[in-house]
Amino acid sequence: MTLLDVENLKVHFPLGHGLTIRAVDGITFSIEKGETLGLVGESGCGKSTASRALIRLVPAKSGSVRFGGQDILTLPDDQMRAMRRRLQMVFQDPYGSLSPRLTIGQIIAEPLEIHRIGTGRAEQEAKVSSLLEAVGMSPSVLRRYPHEFSGGQRQRIGIARSLALDPEFIILDEPVSALDISVRAQVVNLLQDIQSQRGISYLFVGHDLSLVRHAAHRVAVMYLGRIVEIAASQELYTNPQHPYTRSLLASVPVPDPTRRRTRSPLKGDPPSPVDIPSGCRFRSRCEYAQPICAEQDPELLPVVVADVAVAGHRSACHFANNLPMWTEK
Amino acid sequence: MPEELLSIENLTVAFPPARKGGNVTPVVKGVSLTVGRGETVGVVGESGSGKSMTALSILRLLPEQGRITEGTIRLESTDLLALTEKQMRGVRGGKIAMIFQDPMTSLNPVFTVGDQIAESVRLHRGLSKRDAWDEAIQALRRVHISLPERRASQYPHELSGGMRQRVMIALALASEPQVLLADEPTTALDVTVQAQILALLEELKRETGMGILLITHDLGVVAETCDRVLVMYSGQVMEAADTRSLFASPSHPYTQGLLASLPEMAPEGATRLAIIAGQPPISGEIKEGCPFRTRCPKYMPGTCERPLPTAWLSEGHRVHCHLYPETANV
Repeated sequence: MTLLDVENLKVHFPLGHGLTIRAVDGITFSIEKGETLGLVGESGCGKSTASRALIRLVPAKSGSVRFGGQDILTLPDDQMRAMRRRLQMVFQDPYGSLSPRLTIGQIIAEPLEIHRIGTGRAEQEAKVSSLLEAVGMSPSVLRRYPHEFSGGQRQRIGIARSLALDPEFIILDEPVSALDISVRAQVVNLLQDIQSQRGISYLFVGHDLSLVRHAAHRVAVMYLGRIVEIAASQELYTNPQHPYTRSLLASVPVPDPTRRRTRSPLKGDPPSPVDIPSGCRFRSRCEYAQPICAEQDPELLPVVVADVAVAGHRSACHFANNLPMWTEK
Repeated sequence: MPEELLSIENLTVAFPPARKGGNVTPVVKGVSLTVGRGETVGVVGESGSGKSMTALSILRLLPEQGRITEGTIRLESTDLLALTEKQMRGVRGGKIAMIFQDPMTSLNPVFTVGDQIAESVRLHRGLSKRDAWDEAIQALRRVHISLPERRASQYPHELSGGMRQRVMIALALASEPQVLLADEPTTALDVTVQAQILALLEELKRETGMGILLITHDLGVVAETCDRVLVMYSGQVMEAADTRSLFASPSHPYTQGLLASLPEMAPEGATRLAIIAGQPPISGEIKEGCPFRTRCPKYMPGTCERPLPTAWLSEGHRVHCHLYPETANV
């Protein structure tokens, strides 16, 4: 069952003098109930802006975000307030996203207060305790403050807060990037446990491609405001059909010294989202670019293997299906 | 073994107690390492492992109150801890240069990048203003910055993150250092730019024969770039080996846990990652014995509280863990 349906979403920021940052420039995707969609790309590709636009933390220019049959982008404010209960977010920085002046109990209870749920003190405390247990922490920490906890524990507290209103959808914006390596796996496992118990859908925004591969069912790759490829995780990593996806995958260092690659790193930086190249956005850095790439903006079309479309695999490249064989490192 | 450039022996760094009557907190304890000519040595660890403090000790740039209480640090035959502050200034940014995670805070925002490189060249190599400027442009060209004449006149904020990191490297290398200390040089960068910067460091190392001490938390980066590696936890070295041995036969339970928890190590389709239970200790929390024992699946009560032994498993591969009996260096 589709939970979230995004169509042609655009977020533009006017700069004045007739210039516009086209941060998100027409993206279309959907997320099923209980599914994790990974969203990857270089900084500045629009992945964070896109995720924030979904829940109206930044205003969209156009497009629609349908959630349970309603378009989030056009909901009147009073209905949007009710809608927010169903949509939550976990932030990257567990230091900046928890108020240092509130106790853990107050932090987790805040969403309940705002939405006036469980007003009784005992009822609220019971709810907060059960949320702490759900994220693997002892309810005895209720009266302590964020500074007393490590990054991994703080992120658990942030996750407990996001669960307070029993949401159906959580945006995870780089949820483990700021954590120590020895606790990342704990938090990733916790998120998966929560999903399987509660049937929540996730949008997992990340830059660690190996981790996103593990954590997401499907992955969308963004470049300069567009989704250039989307597929089931296993399919995307073993049969990438967009040159940009291939460059990204080839850049990931492999923790195996016997498979050291001879590097041919992607050259240069992405073009400015103010001045987007004609045709294919990636052509200025693409080793396969041809004249057609400057003339026609490639659509996100199904990938075909032996005349049969691969379910759910789409690529926005004129030469998808005709790229050289891909071998994983 | 390559010719030894930098050698640290039994380094201990401590901070005075926060309160009167409190205990002195060692943040680095008994660390020994060497970096040879043309060699990249990695130091892996998480926050609080002491990896950055080790690097800062080399330049004697510890935060105020931090003291080197034990050990020696040598650059070739020079004892760095015996130098006067004035002599040390010639070493910093001269024979030993350092690059950091965030180039924006290391570059001066009010000078052009060309001026900043030229200043270093004049200071360390005594060139004239004009020659120093030419040298700055050369330095930018060496790190593959396009249109170096134009870039030299730009300010740091006008450059992308990857380009700023290239400028930092150009700045560090302008004094022709023998050793480069690189503290998480690619952590703030995208993977594509990280790949460019790592390739650049490798190329410059081959050209100049400098030794690199690479501080990182990323085992993938270690596997791709380092000849040897030390794994640190809570201020102490847990294991040290050549990179291939470390990945092929990790021997300390912490190293084993770290490698096993990587998503790349999870079998295809596995839903759970292997984990290391618990949280890293707060600095100074553990006084004696193995700092990893509170999280170790092989914890032996009564034994792991004793000081760490050194066991040599093969040439260059040592592990500091009570599971392995103390041995002499092979």
